[in-house]
Amino acid sequence: MATTHTHSAARLMMAPSVILLFAWMAVPLGMTIYFSFLRYNLLMPGMEEYTGFLNYQYFLTDPAFFAALTNTLLLVGGVLSITIIGGIAFALLLDQPIFGQGIVRILVIAPFFVMPTVSALVWKNMFMNPVNGLFAWISRSFGFAPLDFLASIPLLSIIIIVAWQWLPFATLIMLTALQSLDEEQKDAAEMDGAGAVSRFLYIVLPHMARAITVVILIETIFLLSVFAEILVTTNGGPGTASTNLTYLVYAQALLQFDIGGASAGGIVAVILANIVAIFLVRLIGKNLEA
Amino acid sequence: MGSITLRNVSKVFGEAKVIPSIDLDIEDGEFVVFVGPSGCGKSTLLRLIAGLEDVSGGEIVIDGKPATDAPPARRGLAMVFQSYALYPHMSVRSNIAFPLKMAGMDKAEIDRKVADAAKVLNLTDYLERKPRQLSGGQRQRVAIGRAIVRQPKAFLFDEPLSNLDAALRVNMRLEISELHQQLQTTMIYVTHDQVEAMTMADKIVVLNKGRIEQVGSPLDLYRKPANLFVAGFIGSPKMNLIEGAYAEAKGAKTVGIRPEHMVLSHDSGSWTGTVTIAEHLGSDTFMHIEVDGIGTVTARANGDFACRHGDRVYITPDENRLYRFDEKGLAL
Amino acid sequence: MARKVSTRRKLIMSAIAWTLGILIFFPILWTFITSFKTEAEAVASPPSFLFFHWTTENYAQVQERSDYFLHFMNSVVVSLGSTFLGLLIAIPAAWAMAFSPTKRTKDVLMWMLSTKMMPPVGALIPIYLIFRDGGLLDTRTGLVIVLTLINLPIIVWMLYTYFKEIPGEILEAARMDGASLPKEIVYVLTPMAVPGIASTLLLNIILSWNEAFWTLNLSASKAAPLTAFIASYSSPEGLFYAKLSAASTMAIAPILIMGWFSQKQLVRGLTFGAVK
Repeated sequence: MATTHTHSAARLMMAPSVILLFAWMAVPLGMTIYFSFLRYNLLMPGMEEYTGFLNYQYFLTDPAFFAALTNTLLLVGGVLSITIIGGIAFALLLDQPIFGQGIVRILVIAPFFVMPTVSALVWKNMFMNPVNGLFAWISRSFGFAPLDFLASIPLLSIIIIVAWQWLPFATLIMLTALQSLDEEQKDAAEMDGAGAVSRFLYIVLPHMARAITVVILIETIFLLSVFAEILVTTNGGPGTASTNLTYLVYAQALLQFDIGGASAGGIVAVILANIVAIFLVRLIGKNLEA
Repeated sequence: MGSITLRNVSKVFGEAKVIPSIDLDIEDGEFVVFVGPSGCGKSTLLRLIAGLEDVSGGEIVIDGKPATDAPPARRGLAMVFQSYALYPHMSVRSNIAFPLKMAGMDKAEIDRKVADAAKVLNLTDYLERKPRQLSGGQRQRVAIGRAIVRQPKAFLFDEPLSNLDAALRVNMRLEISELHQQLQTTMIYVTHDQVEAMTMADKIVVLNKGRIEQVGSPLDLYRKPANLFVAGFIGSPKMNLIEGAYAEAKGAKTVGIRPEHMVLSHDSGSWTGTVTIAEHLGSDTFMHIEVDGIGTVTARANGDFACRHGDRVYITPDENRLYRFDEKGLAL
Repeated sequence: MARKVSTRRKLIMSAIAWTLGILIFFPILWTFITSFKTEAEAVASPPSFLFFHWTTENYAQVQERSDYFLHFMNSVVVSLGSTFLGLLIAIPAAWAMAFSPTKRTKDVLMWMLSTKMMPPVGALIPIYLIFRDGGLLDTRTGLVIVLTLINLPIIVWMLYTYFKEIPGEILEAARMDGASLPKEIVYVLTPMAVPGIASTLLLNIILSWNEAFWTLNLSASKAAPLTAFIASYSSPEGLFYAKLSAASTMAIAPILIMGWFSQKQLVRGLTFGAVK
């Protein structure tokens, strides 16, 4: 099976993917790094000049950066907590014998397939709108003043929307993990005198540990780059109340045309994402050997 | 028609020398079994013959023609895999027909051959099923069917019975032996089970750590093991190997006595011992006995011999059937 | 083995699960219902859930006012185009890695995975400028190229995990049976690989259809797929709830249906085979 010519053929077959991905990664990244050291504004073409770390200095000392960093972390943390806890709860529920299990499963999974712009707009207008939204109607029916979600609690509103989109993903993966748990293990634990809570803590939860880690890491990768939901709901506002790093870089580049500053921001975002990525690669790499 | 000769064949995987160097002659029509513990290189040797692995050195001659560099398809051999390796998307009929289709045989001829093979293997009623709808034994027969339709120069079996349950294994063992009687084609069969080797083989090749320990007929190996490894591997229960003063008195490092070559008695004998465990099989009783001054020994007694844990018994080894081995483990 | 469960317990659990399930699904259901209302009914208070005058005029109007069909076709072309192009590039690579792995195969796979982790803002500016200068902004071609590249690692990985599961002994059996390499590919490998390729295709269409970073930033009108088109409802047209709902329903319906069929593959694809 293993002969020399199959190896060179294999290399040839892999070449297009490897070369394209390498170019896709290296070229833009290299250009972004290069731009980040330039004073470069699209409104002033031909004025580019080397400025050293000035862009980084401006970006990192800009109060908007700290707001964006905090918002990014709150957004990631908030969505993660909701989806992990909710996902485990839903998975446990769906793993029970219930009537119409398949249909409930389909209902729960559905939000994942809704494009971000649609879910953001539907939530923004039809649920969170302080005049015509369903939430406003509910609070009026109970005699409360309607809450203007996106103006008064913009970040939390976005967290709710994004959590709604990602809850299905967490549920689906937790459920898959749960269903791969050997029933005999649970039986054995029961014979050993473990109650429902102990069984969950000592058998089920450890079995799901890997699935939980996978969900955390993969969601983190995507959540660091939440963009469309912010763009169509709050535009990052009011002020910078719901601006995350991705949105900040976008705003700096394509709204203020400050290519240098935005590039520096982009590099900062890349570094942050890489810290997460290292953990994910380790985790999946370990799994690959098993 | 189906003779196979290995000359100086070796195989190296990276740093690991799996097979240092092997010479072997397989006659046309022989049923040869490669036997040995797991990791002894028996499967690798089979795959070298099949052409699924390239040899690192030496040559392979099939049917008088050099085949060392020939691709598997050109060697005219058929193989039955451990996992059966049936094509899951094809019906039983298409599975069996596949090698014929590859050979470009015409449709009518293929149908006739498949029907013949199916009849021999009792698969006629299952021809339209998919492999996953069959039982383990049936899958095994499909794999054999796929092998026999091509009328190969030799069949290669890679632990074909290891995925079957015990009862089915005995059946399939008989079926494969019968098939060999009918076809009179060379068969090479790899197993780690010495019972399969003893019952099926014309010639057994005992392998250990990539080397041939001994080649011979089942009874040759049983009667004249060349060394300690073969002595311990062939025969069930295992031969008792005794070292120490008793062995030295016989002029050897180690003395071997088979459990069936001992006479047990309640009254008299040359050794005395205490029964630790007695396994009653009905026809026979296997006894594990702590013999005074010798150590633990396994002995076979007639099923009528009454004894139980803790009994004192007398044992007399058959002095004419002792095996003596020197320092290097070779038979004296 | 199924455990014994009392009917009462099963009923209670079912009630809880159904309630929560419907709650989660409600925004989608509500969008669907609203799409059949008139604009006045859509914002009426109290809202009507089923008893209103059902109408399909919103669907007609969405098309009339904004050339919905163009954007729908953009989505189709971009997601199918990038998926097929991606498969074309990825199948040989995944094949080679699964069937003749070397010591470095694992490193290559991990590296491909790591490219997926670069946040898009790290590449946004250069890609935007390259596209602007190359005339690729707001073109289907440009979007196909970008979506192919961002999903390539997932495609390679997913195919790899599927190909890996084809037992080597079967390929060896085919070789013993006298199949040449082309015949081996046609008769044995392809039929066994097709389910995996189909799953990959399905998941990738879903991911590309819903991609909303690059499509929003690199398209404006002509080539805008549905993600970008719907975003244009954010103001002030978004106040037309019924029309927004009709447009949304049409945008998510095809993918929702495909998604329901690909639940299992979704898990595998999105976790890079870490959870099966």
